[in-house]
Amino acid sequence: MYEFAYHRPNSVRKAASLTASGEAKLLAGGQTLLPTMKQRLAAPDALVDLAGIEVLQGIELKGRTLHIGAMTRHADVASNATVREALPALASLAGGIGDPHVRAMGTLGGSIANNDPAADYPAACLGLGATIVTNKRRIAADDFFTGMFETALEDGEIITKVLFPLPRRAAYAKFDNPASRYALVGVFVSKRGRDIRVAVTGAGPCVFRVPAMEEALGRRFSPKSLEDISVDAGDLNSDIHASAEYRAHLVGVMARRAVLAT
Amino acid sequence: MSKTGIGAPVRRLEDHRFITGAGNYTDDVNIAGQAYAAFARSEHAHASVRKVDASKAMKVAGVVAVFTGADLEKDAIGPLPAGWMIHSKDGSPMNAPGHPCLVQGKARYVGDPIAVVIGETQAAARAGAEALEIDYDVHEAVTDMMKTASSPIQLHDGAPKNTCYEWELGDKAATAAAFKQAKHVTKLQIINNRLVPNAMEPRSAVGDYDSGTGVSTVYTTSQNPHVARLVMSAFLNVAPEHKLRVIAPDVGGGFGSKIYVYPEEVVCTWAAKKVGRAVKWTAERTESFITDAHGRDHVTTAELATDERGKILALRVHTTANLGAYPSLFATCVPTYLYATLLSGQYDIPAIYAEVDAVYTNTVPVDAYRGAGRPEATFVVERLVEVCARELGIDPATFRKRNFVKKFPHQTPVIMMYDAGDYAASLNKACDIIDYKGFGKRKREAARRGKLRGIGFSTYIEACGIAPSAAVGSLGAGVGLWESAEVRVNPTGNVEILTGSHSHGQGHETTFAQLVSERLGIGIDQVSIVHGDTDKVQFGMGTYGSRSGAVGMTAISKALDKVEAKAKKIASHLLEAAEADIEFKDGAFSVSGTDKKVTFPEVALNAYVAHKFPSSEIEPGLKEGAFHDPANFTFPAGCHICEIEIDPETGVSEVVNWVAVDDFGIVINPMIVEGQVHGGIAQGVGQALLERAVYDDSGQLVTASYMDYCMPRADNLPSFKVDTTVTPCPSNPLGIKGCGEAGAIAAPPAVINAITDALGHENISMPATPQAVWQAVRKGMAKAAE
Ligand SMILES: Cc1cc2nc3c(=O)[nH]c(=O)nc-3n(C[C@H](O)[C@H](O)[C@H](O)COP(=O)(O)OP(=O)(O)OC[C@H]3O[C@@H](n4cnc5c(N)ncnc54)[C@H](O)[C@@H]3O)c2cc1C
Repeated sequence: MYEFAYHRPNSVRKAASLTASGEAKLLAGGQTLLPTMKQRLAAPDALVDLAGIEVLQGIELKGRTLHIGAMTRHADVASNATVREALPALASLAGGIGDPHVRAMGTLGGSIANNDPAADYPAACLGLGATIVTNKRRIAADDFFTGMFETALEDGEIITKVLFPLPRRAAYAKFDNPASRYALVGVFVSKRGRDIRVAVTGAGPCVFRVPAMEEALGRRFSPKSLEDISVDAGDLNSDIHASAEYRAHLVGVMARRAVLAT
Repeated sequence: MSKTGIGAPVRRLEDHRFITGAGNYTDDVNIAGQAYAAFARSEHAHASVRKVDASKAMKVAGVVAVFTGADLEKDAIGPLPAGWMIHSKDGSPMNAPGHPCLVQGKARYVGDPIAVVIGETQAAARAGAEALEIDYDVHEAVTDMMKTASSPIQLHDGAPKNTCYEWELGDKAATAAAFKQAKHVTKLQIINNRLVPNAMEPRSAVGDYDSGTGVSTVYTTSQNPHVARLVMSAFLNVAPEHKLRVIAPDVGGGFGSKIYVYPEEVVCTWAAKKVGRAVKWTAERTESFITDAHGRDHVTTAELATDERGKILALRVHTTANLGAYPSLFATCVPTYLYATLLSGQYDIPAIYAEVDAVYTNTVPVDAYRGAGRPEATFVVERLVEVCARELGIDPATFRKRNFVKKFPHQTPVIMMYDAGDYAASLNKACDIIDYKGFGKRKREAARRGKLRGIGFSTYIEACGIAPSAAVGSLGAGVGLWESAEVRVNPTGNVEILTGSHSHGQGHETTFAQLVSERLGIGIDQVSIVHGDTDKVQFGMGTYGSRSGAVGMTAISKALDKVEAKAKKIASHLLEAAEADIEFKDGAFSVSGTDKKVTFPEVALNAYVAHKFPSSEIEPGLKEGAFHDPANFTFPAGCHICEIEIDPETGVSEVVNWVAVDDFGIVINPMIVEGQVHGGIAQGVGQALLERAVYDDSGQLVTASYMDYCMPRADNLPSFKVDTTVTPCPSNPLGIKGCGEAGAIAAPPAVINAITDALGHENISMPATPQAVWQAVRKGMAKAAE
């Protein structure tokens, strides 16, 4: 690791002004950022630790919308009584991220800001039609995840919380990468009125929706409706763990299992 | 059985230290004024190093020195040697070029160390290493072992066709004749996947030089510090043997990968003298992936010939073994004498012929890894036997029993003389425990849940307790494989055992103490085990090949015999009785037929006080040593059965049931043995389902971190049912065979036999990943539809 300055501001405004200058980086749970720094792949001048900012913490149900602060740890989402009751699919998704150490440190904001193609939270945000709130604006999940490790965030923009509208039914089915335990393929399915969403992570360069599956589920919300629908392997990732063809197959399997589990 | 003697499942004495963070590992060693080493490593799999420009690196704040291969050459620091001579079929000696500790000329794998930067801090050393300007002439690399012999790319001048040797064992003509007569031949292509050992503690070294005494000291993560000292002095010229002290303190796992001498420990020791301060290096995890010797990596064509009743007539294999870029210390014997000599398995096979071509590729050197050759042999034999039984329509358990060796001693056609065993006993017991008869019912029940359930056997044998020195010498070994021990009885009656074995997870501090407890009738808390320091223990051959029980403890036992004999003499004076009338039992010497007795600690005290015996006849003190050279290998064997359920939709295989019935001879501590079996199975399941080292064509290791290299975890494994059968080993007085590698040897074929059973006999390579199994399921479905 190279040397860097460390700041721990107590407000979003101070954090924003600290990151405005030069090569500073926001530090959340550090589960992605610190390993890349240790491997000397990233060398920020300064880290701005968000852990001291109270407004970024916490979970609250307001009407039919679940508000989760950007600095909320995966373990807290997984074990929180409100989340488990109102949106159990999200609690179990958070409980399936990495291992206990990672869940104790990693955060919702860090995960979606990073937008790893194999991360779980992006599937939940897109699959539930969440809204990402930053210090500058609100961004619909549909507009937020723009590419591999890319988001709509501007330089220095800070995620403060994520708003999840409560669905009537929802479930997440994850096929673990055997080595990393990230999602080789993860499918989040939800139904809220006529809004039906099928969001896929792990399979492609960035989380994506599958309109054909959503339409079919709109006609009949049952695993059977998905039996003849396949995604195009041509757009999917291929690596030593899984070919694009296998991933395409798993998207179908995981989608059916998610629907069954809702 | 006493509470802490042989056979008692006592808790490990060393664990308190380890689990409370009080262990003392190499990286915990800090010496005043110590500097740090960072290695600049080749980014290319095959490249000539034209020039290393250190001018920028030397300007980095805190950089103390930079050394390259040329500096080693100047000091005549030799390359790492191959320690076992193998001759090719045509009688020519192997081609075994040495491995310079820093590149001299060409780098031959990604990670080959080119230069070392010594810094005031670890960060300074690393920054210096990054600032080195290395001018490469990059060559094409060859990583595929099946292409390297015919490749125009040459790794070494002294190794034409990138070949180390083309070796054979067994009777070619007799085997060919048996195949001609055979009614049935089973033929398989078998890949034994390349593994990365992944000891929990990464390798580390701290070199130090005392200019006052001229003694170099190196603390290092070694499984055999004396052999490291011998190699570093006799072959590498780092320091004369009496001026070199090698200390291997607590070592956090080795699995074979810490047997060998590596460039880093040599360079740290040598550099400490150059810069006049201690030099420390500890590997990062990815550095371990690209520098620790890898394991396995065979491609084999195997054939089994039988008569119409399924009696095995002959076995024939051709194996290509990838040695990586250089022949590591024991690498050359692994695919030969540790592999082909076990191809008879538990079976009476009249004729066997094995050919092994060992080749070089631009990859990390490959050497012994838990089981070393024997897992590869067992996989070949147990896959062949299983497939053959299925092809002949014979129940695989029946087929095995029909072919088991039943009379002992049994001379196989491939050198080994099996001394004792009862293979049917462990197979029968395993079948009972797993309820083999009820398998069909379990399979139908699984099918109702949409799962394909399969069952797989592995009746393995291995050769442990390596090894009779003269025998291995005649086969090319550069060393003898005896072990030494010294028993020092203190005046207060407690005991120090100095042993040449080295514990790095095995629990010697407990099991060796149990032997002393049993023999001397004192508690295990009265015994301490001293190992891992060449200044304390005179010599030893270290720990690998499950040899510490059979060989190391036998040496202790022999030294204890001498202690007991001398103590008896002293006791006879104390008790004023004839020596022949003295009995030693439960920690006390008594005069037979009387109630006169004296305890072992009283004798110990008197041995040192020396008032009560004529020191003209008996020397004062109570300290004895022994060397033990085994008369034969030992032959642990047993039966593992596993059941797997496959989800045909995803290809995921779940191990749902596992029974291991092993014959390890006499067991010293059943709890430790069970732990060894668990760990071994976990590694074997890892090989079968999860682990593989993958190189791309350019020679980059694609699986160089845990993000891509899949280690087995607790949730990949079921609760094992572990049991034993016992035939005592006749070649050592304790009857011990050894247990450290059995699980890793037995497990892979059990898993693959179960998967292929579930799939309906598809041949599938390791690791049987979900994708591979899914593809096999689809192929099976396509076939069924035809
Ligand atoms: C061993 C391991 C296993 C893992 N397994 C999984 C898994 O199975 N599934 C999964 O989804 N993830 C997994 N992860 C990732 C983990 O869940 C973290 O969520 C992820 O690393 C990022 O979150 P973090 O809080 O650690 O962010 P950090 O590493 O601190 O930051 C990541 C990036 O986000 C930026 N950032 C952080 N917070 C904000 C903010 N509020 N606003 C704007 N930018 C911000 C940072 O500047 C940085 O660029 C794993 C990680 C590890 C180490």
